[in-house]
Amino acid sequence: MKLITAIIKPAKLEEVKHALTEHGVAGMTVSDVSGFGRQRGHTEVYRGTSYTVDLLAKIRIEVLVDDKDVASTVETIAKAASTGSVGDGKVWVTPVESVVRVRTGETGASAI
Amino acid sequence: MDTGDTAWMLISTALVLLMTPGLAMFYGGMVRAKGVLNMMMMSFVSMGLVAVVWTLYGYSMTFGEDLGGGLVGDPTESFGLTNIIAADSLFGTIPTAVFAVFQMMFAIITVALISGAIADRAKFGSWILFVIVWVTLVYFPVAHWVFDFDGKDEAGNVVDPGGWIANDLAAIDFAGGTAVHINAGIAALALALVLGKRVGFGREPFKPHNLTLVMLGAALLWFGWFGFNAGSAVAANATAGVVFLNTVVATGAAMLSWLLVERVRNGHATSLGAASGIIAGLVAITPACSAVDPLGAMAIGAIASAACAIAVSLKFKIGYDDSLDVVGLHLVAGLIGSIFIGFFATSSAPAAVDGLFYGGGTALLVKQVIASGAVLVYSFIATYLIAQVIDKTIGFRITEDAEVTGIDLVVHAESSYEIGSQGATRGGYAS
Repeated sequence: MKLITAIIKPAKLEEVKHALTEHGVAGMTVSDVSGFGRQRGHTEVYRGTSYTVDLLAKIRIEVLVDDKDVASTVETIAKAASTGSVGDGKVWVTPVESVVRVRTGETGASAI
Repeated sequence: MDTGDTAWMLISTALVLLMTPGLAMFYGGMVRAKGVLNMMMMSFVSMGLVAVVWTLYGYSMTFGEDLGGGLVGDPTESFGLTNIIAADSLFGTIPTAVFAVFQMMFAIITVALISGAIADRAKFGSWILFVIVWVTLVYFPVAHWVFDFDGKDEAGNVVDPGGWIANDLAAIDFAGGTAVHINAGIAALALALVLGKRVGFGREPFKPHNLTLVMLGAALLWFGWFGFNAGSAVAANATAGVVFLNTVVATGAAMLSWLLVERVRNGHATSLGAASGIIAGLVAITPACSAVDPLGAMAIGAIASAACAIAVSLKFKIGYDDSLDVVGLHLVAGLIGSIFIGFFATSSAPAAVDGLFYGGGTALLVKQVIASGAVLVYSFIATYLIAQVIDKTIGFRITEDAEVTGIDLVVHAESSYEIGSQGATRGGYAS
């Protein structure tokens, strides 16, 4: 089992969610996050004073998948989240030791 | 001069001004969080622009000397309003200056209403240009048609001819069903067609981001509408009282009607439905409030609101992005309110005319249809042309990238809400 974590542009959430649902994932967790990578921040203006905002709003998507589905799921996310411009985000994969479904107590792949 | 009338009209004027920030909240709550500031700014900037333009030549184009055919007033007669501020300058029983500033508020709210059709995607500079050109070429002439009654001497001879709908046709529009709501509603359709749909329209869920703001906006609109309708009596008298009563009861019935339609159709009575029903009722009773009794007001409010509740879903079927349903509310309720005067008018009401249901025949109905149709056709064509010219020259839409990022940030360099632990500390001062 693997945990796929993706950081994407907020505007791409609907497309990525739709693509993952079509791909057949069993579920996902989505959170609002902020951070920076290579994309520059922006400037906001309040009563004539300019403020730099260098931590940008992003969306984090987490999906648990069986090992055999990792490559295709990562590809699906990357394809749907891409705009071709800097700040599109990243996707990474980490190993997962065990998973338990709370309601039934199932473990392993059947708990995904 | 009557001090009681003057006091009531000063209060009414302030009430009608309050409707525009109320509208800003009503609209602002309905868009996504990334566009609320721009949505509110489109209303706010109208207060600044129209206050200036109305004072320069707008009042004069609307209530100045008719240039012929009851079509438009002379823009130079009261330029700058310098000739109406003398203490003895009266409009009926109130100072002319009070009447002029009361009517200014109508021009402000009418153009602000249109902005609901183009949420999240209009260049701010283009909107400013549109407001100035639209009030000049559309609102001022149409308000002259509808609101400028003939000035008569003591023998009853016309000494200062006014607009053609108010006088030659003599259709009833007490507070602006045609000049304000049909006008803004059809202009909104023209603008939505020229600008096109928002990115993701019909695919992504464009849910309101703050319904409590929408409810507060609806409440302020209702409150301010008493100035709009009862103030249109231009006196603190029995007509104003009846109009006030009709404005409450039509709106109450309209809210119930929308909730009933929703409960039957969707299984739930919603807060956005209540707010929308309030607006539908207020719009529908606006032209009719002096011509019907309270039972007629209830009927008009309830019928218009049910029609609007059904009409607002049509944009998805037809495929135009009237973002916040200016067409579905103001055009539909404005048409029903204006035309149904022909059915529900009763001679026991202040306007003292009978409609079809009260034995008055079809004469009034025909007048109401002509007045509504004339404003609808003129406003649609003129607005469509104005919007096309702006779009083809300086452009009316922001870029797709800017729209996706959010118009507040790109156009105004602000974000509406700084909440959450990282909210206010995501950066520092720009050097």
